[in-house]
Order: sequence, then structure tokens, then C-alpha cells
Amino acid sequence: MTLAERILARASGRKKVSPGEYVTAEIDKVMAHEAFAAVYMNLAAAGIRKIWDPDRVFVILDHYIPASTPRAASIHQLVRAGAKQYGIMNIYRENEGIAHQVMMEKGNVLPGELVLGTDSHTCTYGALAAASCGIGISEMTYVFATGRLWFQVPETIRFILTGELAFPLTSKDVILKLAGEYSAEVAQYKSIEFSGPAAEKMDMSSRMTMTNMSVELGAKFSFFSVDEKTVDYLKGRTDSRISLLESDDKGSACQTYEVCLDDLEPQVAKPHSVDNVVPVSELKGTVIHQALLGSCTNGRLDDLHLAAELIKGKTVHPDVRLLVIPASKEVYRSALEDGTLAVLLDAGGLILNPGCGPCFGAHMGLLAPGEKCISSTNRNFKGRMGSDQAEVFLASPATVIASAIQGCIADPRDM
Amino acid sequence: MDPFKGDVWKFGDNVDTDVIVPGQYLDAPITEIFPHVFESINPAFAKEVKKGDIIVAGKNFGCGSSRENAPSALKEMGIGCIVAESFARIFFRNAVAIGLPVISCGDVSSRFQDHDHASVNLSKALIENTTRKTVTAANPLSEEMLRIIEKGGILNLLKEAKE
Repeated sequence: MTLAERILARASGRKKVSPGEYVTAEIDKVMAHEAFAAVYMNLAAAGIRKIWDPDRVFVILDHYIPASTPRAASIHQLVRAGAKQYGIMNIYRENEGIAHQVMMEKGNVLPGELVLGTDSHTCTYGALAAASCGIGISEMTYVFATGRLWFQVPETIRFILTGELAFPLTSKDVILKLAGEYSAEVAQYKSIEFSGPAAEKMDMSSRMTMTNMSVELGAKFSFFSVDEKTVDYLKGRTDSRISLLESDDKGSACQTYEVCLDDLEPQVAKPHSVDNVVPVSELKGTVIHQALLGSCTNGRLDDLHLAAELIKGKTVHPDVRLLVIPASKEVYRSALEDGTLAVLLDAGGLILNPGCGPCFGAHMGLLAPGEKCISSTNRNFKGRMGSDQAEVFLASPATVIASAIQGCIADPRDM
Repeated sequence: MDPFKGDVWKFGDNVDTDVIVPGQYLDAPITEIFPHVFESINPAFAKEVKKGDIIVAGKNFGCGSSRENAPSALKEMGIGCIVAESFARIFFRNAVAIGLPVISCGDVSSRFQDHDHASVNLSKALIENTTRKTVTAANPLSEEMLRIIEKGGILNLLKEAKE
């Protein structure tokens, strides 16, 4: 069976499941961000006094940090009140960072688990071989009350990655390439398994970027196998036994794509869809006004390290604002202690607090009509980051930094 | 379930959740979101949509965020049903979960123009263009999905189970 089939079979108490089949599965963990305020209201309206299992519930504030409006502050109040009322001890407040990063850093997600979150990028946990995906507040209310939800067992597609990425390309270039090559729908309703020598070589933060953006390919789940890197990552973060889940050829895939990363150029997704991807050379010289390094896609320590390495001794173009948003307190602290933030600050970067920032368009760096932003985030939809007359270009941390220095979209290999 | 009948609003491929409900209005009460629904791609929608209207769209409708405000706003504004060539899965699940009828149909876009009249039979998975007198077979929903839609959403199941 594929990883999705193995996990859904286990969670629904069956020996075997097949694609297309409907199952009711027991959920291992759930994550709710500010959407918990609405879940709380729903639970109260439905007369639910006790939730299924407070220990399996994680509430994390990350979307409006610090509160961007009086309304957002009221949402935070509701979240705190709800957590108290339902005895949820696993609550991470304003100072911890982006929910997905925090869930993984704190060892709250384990390989083989079935995890749901009130956020589409919950699929990120597949970097740790968990079956994870986003749901809305009504379904989350149902899960809080019952611990169960229906699923259709997905088909699986495999991406076998071979070859070597040239410096300073990263996994972001790879996932953008896959979106551009195979479309934003290639994995619609499906589960993705990444394998092959180049996938094995990717470090955890690179894998997280790949699984994070799998939802932009339509995916329900997205997986890397458990290997030494997974075990190393979880060391010190959890005492639980780690199941060594590996993607294998025994499970049938409906499609397999072999993709060689040799000679890959840095990739950029143009406005206004994630699969509108071209090599950076086609956009060289496009004037930008903002460069954003951060988010659950690319706000990790490795991303900040690469950015600092590229920008050291140089400065941000005077007509560009470089926003840097570490994905979590852990990332922030490490980057502070090892001098990374000082390099970015001295180069002209503006360091913001961990959180979602302007990625989804609520606050902290929104765009004016006519402005262009190059961003390491995950979506470039019309109006995503402020004005619907602004444009967002998605790229790797290296391309974001090269462009911030040049004042226009630039190839990081030229630096 | 009786067929859903209404006038058609056509949309293209990859209509995302941010154009349905832009991020800057996410924390607003749903009625305050209404004027901004599809604001950047079809400003007439919010002004002219009426109860029972039907959306006919291309591929990957509702791609992007898990924000349930997107299907909720459409439902509360009167949309009776959405037929798309395909749906992004989270939007699809959310729509079912709030009792907003959704069904996919491979070539539905080519069979409708704006303002045509449609009749959608969910249980039989048939899409009829009553203006042009054509009928197309859609992809049937599972019994579980039909049951949730018929009950008006998954929260009603929860309330029933409690009683």
C-alpha cells in the first residue's frame, strides 16, 4: 500500500484500503489557529460541553500577530477563552510563530500520524511522513466533538527526483518547477510521494518547503519517507517511538514522474497563479518594490542562513523594502544568536516578528496598487498581499535576496 | 433532493479563495464580506446575485486557502449550487460541510453562457441547461456527501447525534 493507504487503513481500523474507497478515520492530532475562535462558537452553539481529547488538540495563534485590528484582538480573546473552557493545555500564544513550524519543532507531529489543521498548508507535516491536510471550521468542529472524520482514500502520484541542484538553488525552485511543468491540478484529490536520490538528499527544511507547497499542486497529502534526517530532526523534540515509514514501490501509484534537477534554472511564479512559472531569466530586470523572506514555506533557519550568506557585504536597493520574517521563535532565536539577523539588518532588511505576516494579506507589509513584490511565500493570487492591483512573484529565498539587492528580479547565480 | 434551479454566473479556471474572500476581510462578519466577493474579477456579482443563482466554473474552483468563509459567503449571498469542471479539494469539502451543493462535471463550461438557466439534479448527477435544452452527466457524489448536504451541513449531524 502507499503511505496514504497505510495510514488511512490503520486510522480506520482496516487491514487494507484502496483508492476511491470511503472510510471514517480516527484522527491522531488536530491543529487550530485563529480559526479556533469560530470552532469554539460552533461547539458552544451545538451544546458540546466536552471535546473528544484535549491532549490531541493544539491551538496556535499565528495569523494576526500581534493583533492587527481590534477585531483580531477580539478573536485572540475568544481563542484564549475557548482553550480555557475546553481544557486545552497545548496552546501556543502570540510569541511562538507559524503554526506548522511550531507543530513540527515542538515534536507534536510524528511519522505515520493522521493530522488535521484549520489551514491549507497543514500538508507540510508530510515532511515527517504524517498524513496531514487542511479542513474548514465546520469539519474541525465535528472533529473536536467526535475525533473522527470521513475520507476518500486518495490515489498516489510519485515524483522521483534525481540529479543535483546547483548553488544557490533550493527545493523552492523544484516545487515551483513541478507546478509550472505539471499544473496546479496535477495532484488534485491525490497524495504525493517524493522519492529518489535528490529527495533523499534534501534536508528537513527543504522537504518542508516541498510538502508545504504540495497543496498548490492540489494535493491532499504529501510525503517524504522517514530516514536518518527525519530521526535526527525529531531527536530531542519527542520521546515517542518513531515509526520508520518508507515510501516503496509496492503501493501502486496512478502516475509517476521522474524529474532531473541537473541544469535547473531558478524558477519564478508570475502573477496570479502558482503554476504560471518561468525561469528567472525571462523576468530579469522587472522592477520590484518589496522583497519578502519568510512564511511557513521559506522562513526557516536554512533560508535565513542562505539569505545572509548572499547579502553579506551588500545592501538592499534603496527603492526596495526587504521584509524578513523568521518562521518561529526557535528560528528567530537561533538566527539572533548566530549573527544572521545582524547581517540581514545591517544590509537594510526589516526584521519582523514570527508569524504569517503579510503573506495572506491581513497586515504588516501590504502592497499598494501597481506595486510588485518578490516573495518566498506560497501564493500569488490576485489581491493576496494587499491591493488587487499589486503583483506577487513567488521565488526561492536566494532569488528574493538577489532581487532585493538589484531592485529588480535577478538571477542569484549572478551574484 | 429536488433539483436546484437558477440563473448562471460563469467563471473561468483556477478561481481562488482569495478572490472569493480577500484576506483583508477574513476577520469581518460575513455580511461585511459580501460586497468584496469576486470584487477583483467580477464586481457585478455582489450587486446582482440573487437567491438560487448557480455558479458554473472551469477547473480547480476554490483553490488556495482552507477559509470556510469562501463557500459560506457564496451560500449566504444566495448561491444555490456550484458546478465546476473540477474543484480544489478543501473548498469542495468545506462546501459539503456547510450544506452548499457542489458537483463536478468535466465539460460543463462549454455548455453554459452567463444568464442561461440551469437545473442541477444532485442525486441523479445530471446538469441541465434549460435555456439550450441540453443535459450532461456529472460525477456522482457519495451517499455520505449527499446526506450531509441534505441535512444542511455537518454541524446539523452533530446536533442530531447529540439529541
